[in-house]
Amino acid sequence: MRAYVLHRLWQSALTLLGVSVFVFVILRVLPGDPAKMLLPEGAPQSAVEELNRQLGLREPLIVQYGIFLRGVFAGDFGQSFQYRAPALRVVVERLPATIQLALAAMALTVALGVSIGIAAAVRRGTCCDYAGTALAVLGQSLPNFWLGIMLILLFGVALRWLPTSGFAGWRHLILPAVTLAAFPVALVARLTRSSMLEILSREYIRTGRAKGLTERAVVLRHALRNAAIPVLTVIGLQIGTLLGGAVITESVFAWPGMGKLVVDAIFFRDFPVVQTVLILSATAFVVLNLAVDLLYTVIDPRIRYS
Amino acid sequence: MTAAPTGSAGTRLARSPMAVAGGFLLVLVVLASALAPLLTESDPLKPSFGRRLAAPWGLGGSAAHVLGTDNLGRDILARLLYGGRLSLVLAASAVLIAALVGVLLGLLAGSAGGRVDALVMRVADVQLAFPVIMLAIAIVAVVGTNPLALVGVLALSGWVLYARTIRAGVLAIRGLEYVEAATTLGASDLRVIFRHILPNVVAPILVIGSSQFATMVLLESGLSFLGLGIQAPRPSWGLMLAEGRDYLSNAWWLATAPGLMISLVVLGANLLGDGLRDLVDPSLR
Repeated sequence: MRAYVLHRLWQSALTLLGVSVFVFVILRVLPGDPAKMLLPEGAPQSAVEELNRQLGLREPLIVQYGIFLRGVFAGDFGQSFQYRAPALRVVVERLPATIQLALAAMALTVALGVSIGIAAAVRRGTCCDYAGTALAVLGQSLPNFWLGIMLILLFGVALRWLPTSGFAGWRHLILPAVTLAAFPVALVARLTRSSMLEILSREYIRTGRAKGLTERAVVLRHALRNAAIPVLTVIGLQIGTLLGGAVITESVFAWPGMGKLVVDAIFFRDFPVVQTVLILSATAFVVLNLAVDLLYTVIDPRIRYS
Repeated sequence: MTAAPTGSAGTRLARSPMAVAGGFLLVLVVLASALAPLLTESDPLKPSFGRRLAAPWGLGGSAAHVLGTDNLGRDILARLLYGGRLSLVLAASAVLIAALVGVLLGLLAGSAGGRVDALVMRVADVQLAFPVIMLAIAIVAVVGTNPLALVGVLALSGWVLYARTIRAGVLAIRGLEYVEAATTLGASDLRVIFRHILPNVVAPILVIGSSQFATMVLLESGLSFLGLGIQAPRPSWGLMLAEGRDYLSNAWWLATAPGLMISLVVLGANLLGDGLRDLVDPSLR
């Protein structure tokens, strides 16, 4: 058990190191002259020289990477010139809005996705099953930017029931959260269905029924608990989908989170902010998936170490 | 379905109505884009300011512009048909490149093992840690929005799936007797890999490829929607959607039509992928 935890920790640390190399290559090596890119357009030559010196851009790449990594560890991601403030602070200020949106979408994913999946599996082959499956296929096929716009058209423009942009209270959260959740809800519903179907055909389920357990107890207590394992991994992996989806959803609904920030930052060529968002979101993904993996060993005593 | 699938590929395919329906949808959209000049006489690029925001035919518009016109008076049907061309070619090229790179790296990792394997798999982990769209945004911002760069970004986001699947397949097959027999008979490593291992892991590649085509179309139109993909005045579904967003209250068809096209393609590719998966691995049903 301890060996497994240590192994996963080591793996995650390596991945994070790789993340830093990747970001370094994209934003410092790919562009020919990073100092020019990291500065606002029309910056004086003296500022370019100053940044060159500061980032060690005249040094060999490996030394530059060392300087870059030291900055990251010290929480120094450079200055956002769009906001004239440390890039890290600019990004962190936008985090609560994104987290709120992601949590709402995650709640929808778990609640709706798992219940649709269970309902379809328990009533396999009925119209309930087909409806659920059709809904799930549809949910995976609608582009979220289009779904968002159609929701705006229906509930905002035509019916005038809900606000369609901005960030002021829970009513503003409904449309963006539904938009962001559509894809993961569909995915989780399908996965829950197939996972439940597999478990429901097992012998111990028949034993449970034979000894007179109610259907409810069989499904919820005995089947769901075992079917939850693959579902849990996929939910963990959806953190990436949610962070990525937030980029588009936030842009559609003018939601002032990290995703909208990064899109705006591109148009202002605010690369310190882009770099910060990339590193933070990759780190969040790695850490949360590590947590899911470790959570496994608690939920499923069969998984120990491998 | 427990019996092993038999018969020719055609008869097997016919057993999956999902795959057939999906394939049909895809072929339909591809044909419509390819035959655009035959299907419409309108120019997708030529503005006509006298006919701005004309409604679709049957909703107050004329048959000259069946789906209406956009904010510059351009025919929406023509833009939809021509707009599919670049999107579909970009997505298909990205899938092919991703599959090629992924399969080669997967074969390499699975056959070489040891450090090479560990390195490839760690790189895959790193790749997966970034939300695809954010990675794409950062790269496009640095290297620009030309179509080649777009294909590169899309392909970069897709190789991991193939590599992991192929690697697992190679590991499972490598120890089998027929592979050992081939090695004993003096077949070179390369021959074993390409002649004996690759053909047996090819089915999942097709499944991944067709589902991934859906993802690539979504990703490309998402980037174009954000203004980071195909650039105006080229017609592109994502871009048309973004332009239509400003006219929701008085010309809702501008944003509706391109979204429907994207959904059709993605639905088709998803159905095809699911159907193929059922055929390849009936236990997942």
